[in-house]
Amino acid sequence: MSVLAVVRPDSWNFPLFVHVLGAMILMGGLVAGASALAFARGDAKLLRLGFWSLMLVSFPGWVVMRLGAQWIYSKEGWDKVPDSLIPRWLNIGYVLADAGGLVLVITLIIGGIGVRRLQAGKSAGLLKVTLVLSVVLLAAYVVAVWAMAGKPG
Amino acid sequence: MGFDQWMLAFHVLSAFSLVAGMILFWVLIVAGRKIDTPADTLRLGPVARVGNATVGIGLGGTILFGVYLAFAIDSYAIWDGWILAALVLWFVGTGLGRKTGEAFLEGPKKAQELEAAGQTGPSAELLAVNRTSRGLALHAATSVVVVLIIIDMIWKPGA
Repeated sequence: MSVLAVVRPDSWNFPLFVHVLGAMILMGGLVAGASALAFARGDAKLLRLGFWSLMLVSFPGWVVMRLGAQWIYSKEGWDKVPDSLIPRWLNIGYVLADAGGLVLVITLIIGGIGVRRLQAGKSAGLLKVTLVLSVVLLAAYVVAVWAMAGKPG
Repeated sequence: MGFDQWMLAFHVLSAFSLVAGMILFWVLIVAGRKIDTPADTLRLGPVARVGNATVGIGLGGTILFGVYLAFAIDSYAIWDGWILAALVLWFVGTGLGRKTGEAFLEGPKKAQELEAAGQTGPSAELLAVNRTSRGLALHAATSVVVVLIIIDMIWKPGA
């Protein structure tokens, strides 16, 4: 229990705030994007809203989250610790943040092509792929938040 | 992972759910500023319901798990200043959020009225209702309150 109540040095708080706020914006964009894509049922406006939510909310959120993560990582001195001593929760967060970022970029590329095809009057199939990837990302980031907050191991 | 760590994880996940719902509503507010037809207004309904669900889970989870943690962790007490501040902000935010929801329900109500009257085309009146400045101000105020709660939770002033 005492581990839960540890008070951080003040200098760690702002980087942590940046990291958490970025992660929340990332998740918010994913929830908004996935919901709009899921309920669009072929409606071009909602499909576009879903894609642009991912592009203009989730992606900037990911960038802020990742910058904040690196900042707090070095503030806490993890960059000076051998890899073998890095705790499991931190590894989970790191792997999911970076792999998730790659999947997010792929999602945006597929979604962007999907929106262009939609404008050309073609099928919205690629935006269905975007929806599936968004939901996968959302699930992965829920695990990341659980790991960062609960600190298993 | 111990029981209290699980409770902390659920508390933080609830906070993420709350903020995710609020961001979803920001997306809908921005999108709604260009919407002037009943069909397009009503089409946002299912997306808004996802926002209602995530905000509801977030509000319930943060208070339940948060109060549990305040009692369970030895070095915290429910009457600590930063915890009391968070509770006050939570109630203020919940009240503001309820008023925000009421303001933004006017759009769908107007859209249903117009549809019932057979008016399916663009409506300047509907556009004005969808652009409610009162709703915008209330959602901005709610967002500020939520950011203050996050700041309070991270800095824990006085802890």
